[in-house]
Amino acid sequence: MSFSWARVVGIVQKELRDYRRNRFVLATMGLLPLLFLIIPVVELLLISVPVTSSKFDARIGLLLMYMLIIPAIVPSVLAAYSVVGEREQGTLEPILTTPMGREEFLVGKALAALLPTLAVAYVIFGIFLGIVALFAHPDVASAVFERNHLLVQLLFTPLLAGWSIWVGIAISARSADVRAAQQLGTLASLPPLGIVALMSFNVITPTLGLALGLAGALLIVDVLGWRAVAAMFDAERLVTGSQN
Amino acid sequence: MTSELDSSQRRLSHDGAKPDAALLVEHLTKRFGERVAYEDVSFEVGHGEVFGFLGPNGAGKTTMVRTLGTLLAPTSGSATVAGIELHAENRQTIRSRISIMPESPGLYLRLTVAENLECFARLYRLADRQERIERALKAVNLTDRANDLCRSLSKGLRQRAALARALLSDPAVLFLDEPTSGLDPVASKEVHELITALRVRGVTIFLTTHRLEEAERLCDRVAILNTTMRLVGRPDELRSQLFTRSLEVRLRAELADPASVLAGVPGLEGWEAQPTSSYLLTVSDPDAVAPEVARALVRAGADICSITESHHSLEDVYLELVDQDVEATRR
Repeated sequence: MSFSWARVVGIVQKELRDYRRNRFVLATMGLLPLLFLIIPVVELLLISVPVTSSKFDARIGLLLMYMLIIPAIVPSVLAAYSVVGEREQGTLEPILTTPMGREEFLVGKALAALLPTLAVAYVIFGIFLGIVALFAHPDVASAVFERNHLLVQLLFTPLLAGWSIWVGIAISARSADVRAAQQLGTLASLPPLGIVALMSFNVITPTLGLALGLAGALLIVDVLGWRAVAAMFDAERLVTGSQN
Repeated sequence: MTSELDSSQRRLSHDGAKPDAALLVEHLTKRFGERVAYEDVSFEVGHGEVFGFLGPNGAGKTTMVRTLGTLLAPTSGSATVAGIELHAENRQTIRSRISIMPESPGLYLRLTVAENLECFARLYRLADRQERIERALKAVNLTDRANDLCRSLSKGLRQRAALARALLSDPAVLFLDEPTSGLDPVASKEVHELITALRVRGVTIFLTTHRLEEAERLCDRVAILNTTMRLVGRPDELRSQLFTRSLEVRLRAELADPASVLAGVPGLEGWEAQPTSSYLLTVSDPDAVAPEVARALVRAGADICSITESHHSLEDVYLELVDQDVEATRR
């Protein structure tokens, strides 16, 4: 049987309904991004101009980094729950006995984590830009609205989320405990932020070419991540636990 | 130990004929490393049959369901499920023709009953989703709870919701793994009634249980598994295979010389005295021997309270087999 987007939609719809009624997920998706909005906004409004150019760039870069922590951390929590959570609830076996293929299951789980993450991350970034435009010093605002900064934010938000999701699902598929999976997933979601940090701090000069090159590399890593997770998804081991 | 099959199964296994069965299992074995879950198991389940799969905990029942449900790959042997050969490449086709209700209902508790069913209707790619959901809910008398969150349902209602989910796709074979496990008597009775209703509708049901009265009440045939297949057949066939037939005679007072009274009774193969003025008579044909026994007792001046055929339950069959296995292990 071929890959069915109808089944993927079934999984996504089910997950979104589940998130809506899950306090832990709502807190993760709501409060955590707010925290990463409040800190940089307060910092930005307190920047006294003029400051030396290198320090100024570093501070702006650091504050924009908070925005990219959202797509890194938020989906990792959801993705880490995706498989081991089903196991703990006892819902994995019924769903794996349907005609759905493992690729459909994994893509459904990934999209269910990606879509709300993108919505939350872009909305928070939009609010951040609005506050900066309205209340920040014009020099600060023009630094934030610099083309490269915007490009990094827009481009790397889905790519970082993609990395976090596949790492989170991979950890979830090998874990026996939700909390352990979520802690590991959060940690594992952070490494790609390193490169983005170097660009945000202007350690690596973020030219358009470099940003696109790195984004392309992260995209390849995301695709490879999906292939790896699909290959390591062993329904027999998941259903029987430690029997084999 | 070799599998013990009834004659029809032996014929199917040996002549290689194309089986017209809902399930055909031949010499199936599943091992997890060194540990054997079940070994050399063969049986056949006909269309519309309710087939009970009995065995103690750890006998391999759930592993068999998972194997036939394509979740686990067998180590060796072959099987046909809903007319499709059990192979990895046929996995999705088989899954589209069967349903499995595992021991735990496995419902999404933060979703409503209808939302749970809708998710599975999409996974089965059912065209007329709403109609199917309504029909499945009606079949388990859960229509009025369709919009309730599953976490608000009692254990029995959750089991009914899980059964509705299993019925959504109109499966050719429905696997029910311990469907009444952990349920109180009222909820168990409700599930029994639902299974009986499905039986009337002609659904092929593969029921694993260790509740023997459940199997005896619901199943056309049963198999007893204890890693290897021990017996397959109708409950009454299994009883007659394992136990001699007997009459239980209860008198008002003990016979002074029972040996002389019972000695000449035709068809009587043996007897033993029981407590409270009762005698257990081993006979070949209870219907023929009972009148002879009554006549002999009346001639001896005994007051007869009752003469009944001694009935062995499926539980007796099961315990006898498990005892045999324990004895074999000791040896």
